[in-house]
Amino acid sequence: MKFETNLCYSDYPDKAGHFGVYGGRFVSETLMAAIQELETSYNTLKADPDFIAEFDHDLAHYVGRPSPLYHAERWSKQLGGAQIYLKREDLNHTGAHKVNNTIGQALLAKYSGKTRIIAETGAGQHGVATATVAARLGMECHVFMGSEDIKRQALNVYRMKLLGATVVPVTSGSKTLKDAMNEALRDWVTNVDNTFYIIGTVAGPHPYPMLVRDFQSVIGREARQQCLDQAGKLPDALVACVGGGSNAIGLFHPFLNDETVAMYGVEAAGDGLETGRHAAPLNKGIPGVLHGNRTYLMEDDDGQIIETHSVSAGLDYPGVGPEHSWLKDIGRANYVAIDDQEALAAFRKLTKIEGIMPALESSHAVAYAEKLAPTMKRDEIVIVNLSGRGDKDILTVADIDGISL
Amino acid sequence: MSRIAACFEKLKNDNKKALIPYLVCGDPLQEVTLPAMHALVKSGADVIELGVPFSDPMAEGPTIQKGHERALANHTSLRSTLATVKAFRQTDSVTPVVLMGYANPVERMGYDEFATLASEAGVDGLLIVDMPPEESVALNAILKKAAIDIIFLIAPTTTIDRQKQIAATATGYIYYVSLRGVTGAGHLDSDEVRTKIAQIRSATDLPLCVGFGIKDGQSARNIAAMADGAVVGSVLVQKMADMAASGADVDSIVNSLAELLAEMRSAIDT
Repeated sequence: MKFETNLCYSDYPDKAGHFGVYGGRFVSETLMAAIQELETSYNTLKADPDFIAEFDHDLAHYVGRPSPLYHAERWSKQLGGAQIYLKREDLNHTGAHKVNNTIGQALLAKYSGKTRIIAETGAGQHGVATATVAARLGMECHVFMGSEDIKRQALNVYRMKLLGATVVPVTSGSKTLKDAMNEALRDWVTNVDNTFYIIGTVAGPHPYPMLVRDFQSVIGREARQQCLDQAGKLPDALVACVGGGSNAIGLFHPFLNDETVAMYGVEAAGDGLETGRHAAPLNKGIPGVLHGNRTYLMEDDDGQIIETHSVSAGLDYPGVGPEHSWLKDIGRANYVAIDDQEALAAFRKLTKIEGIMPALESSHAVAYAEKLAPTMKRDEIVIVNLSGRGDKDILTVADIDGISL
Repeated sequence: MSRIAACFEKLKNDNKKALIPYLVCGDPLQEVTLPAMHALVKSGADVIELGVPFSDPMAEGPTIQKGHERALANHTSLRSTLATVKAFRQTDSVTPVVLMGYANPVERMGYDEFATLASEAGVDGLLIVDMPPEESVALNAILKKAAIDIIFLIAPTTTIDRQKQIAATATGYIYYVSLRGVTGAGHLDSDEVRTKIAQIRSATDLPLCVGFGIKDGQSARNIAAMADGAVVGSVLVQKMADMAASGADVDSIVNSLAELLAEMRSAIDT
């Protein structure tokens, strides 16, 4: 498909939740009423001045927004090409972009009169961000987490418990993020009357990909203005990692109509795209249906979802948000991949050069920027979304180094 | 007349309710499914719902989830499920078979190829749990040409407007989900089922079958009395799993399954 210059990106998704052939509402009938109710309440609340004011207030005073746009001059100079600016989502409360969305959805829950919150989590970042806002609103919170991930992410599990959440181990299927999402959907079906499901990424049935995008778009709106203020012009390229794709869509969306701005979503190549052990559905998958939407998926010839691999638990998901699938097909965004070794090298490099320790997820974006910037001119600008901080990954990296802390 | 329509017409004439067992194809052993289907018919099954295993069966409770996992471990696929139906049709040309599963295996095969193969195999209906009417327009059109019924779910949470919309799209029969929850859950509310069945009845002449919380002969009988049929799944899947886990052979598993269904048949008929 060709890049259609006359598209108005804010018209998507359409009323039925489709981005081209992607997205939609592939859910059991039991959930249809709940997601229609959510759509109705969201459409009302997003125009409600009280709701907007409360969201903005929480982002400013609880999350700590706006997050800085930082010109990484030393790193840019070493790379010898474009100027790299880091959008510092790692400085948000709870340490990642995830909280922008959980603040928004928790407010939706509150305004909708729901008393119980559920969420799925992989690495635990979205679980922590959800448990955090649930604690603040005094709501009951259950976080579903694969039993394999619980073993790998003990620190975040304990953090959620300290915040008062119940962490529910999921032992079905591959015992990871996708299975946690299945289990959260099952809980929601059962407790649909009093429960709000806070999905952590731009996937799931409509309206989730839309509303998560809208809440995360604060990243791109700020970055666009900050870039104009600091550099006097728009950036030439954006780079963000893509698991489900919420930080990437949050950065990309406010720039979609700026035709001169190139976009690069960076998937996890794991052991390498050629090995099959990766988490790169946009690079290597095919379109299918999972978790309520049609999108690119990692699956076998029989249509069974296959396990993914990445050193970064937050990118370890076999699907991707439907809007990314659409942006790929129409050619508006480019989707590339970075393997585990490249991401780990970038993690170390940014830490040493700029004193900023990126999350392993964000390190994929950092690694791609290292390849991209030298191919560009010195007066060109690349914005990299530093979606989270690396503190949570120190044990993983130490382990790879053979050091036990 | 389709096998499904003929089946419900005969039940109506005989003043009987449909008993619809659900099995996951290839669970607990690959070679159990075919003899089990025949045995179920002998024990009084009117329609067979055959589950197509999927890696992420989101609407299932733990019992049927494990059934899907066992079936996949036994290398069951949509293609092998279709082959099982084809084998069943060699000696049973009457009993309707409905495939129940999730969208992605059908998406992967492609709608046209699915319709062709399913039609050749003798499949009568398709129920895709995660494909509501608004997402199934393209598939509907293709299934219609292949004379395969498309079975939809209606839930306790479905609004009256949606009930009408679903009833207008559905063919074969309508599957009413008797509770808010996953398959095999335990909180079936008979009063709510009665109210909802009456609402749906005013929107359609299609047979209404009820499933998701039916555990034994008694609950099957209660539910069947309010509707045109009862679907039983988790208890059958659990029974076969227990037998297989204790090392029972195919014949013993099939015989126990047949006994269990015969009990339900006689509970419904008395």
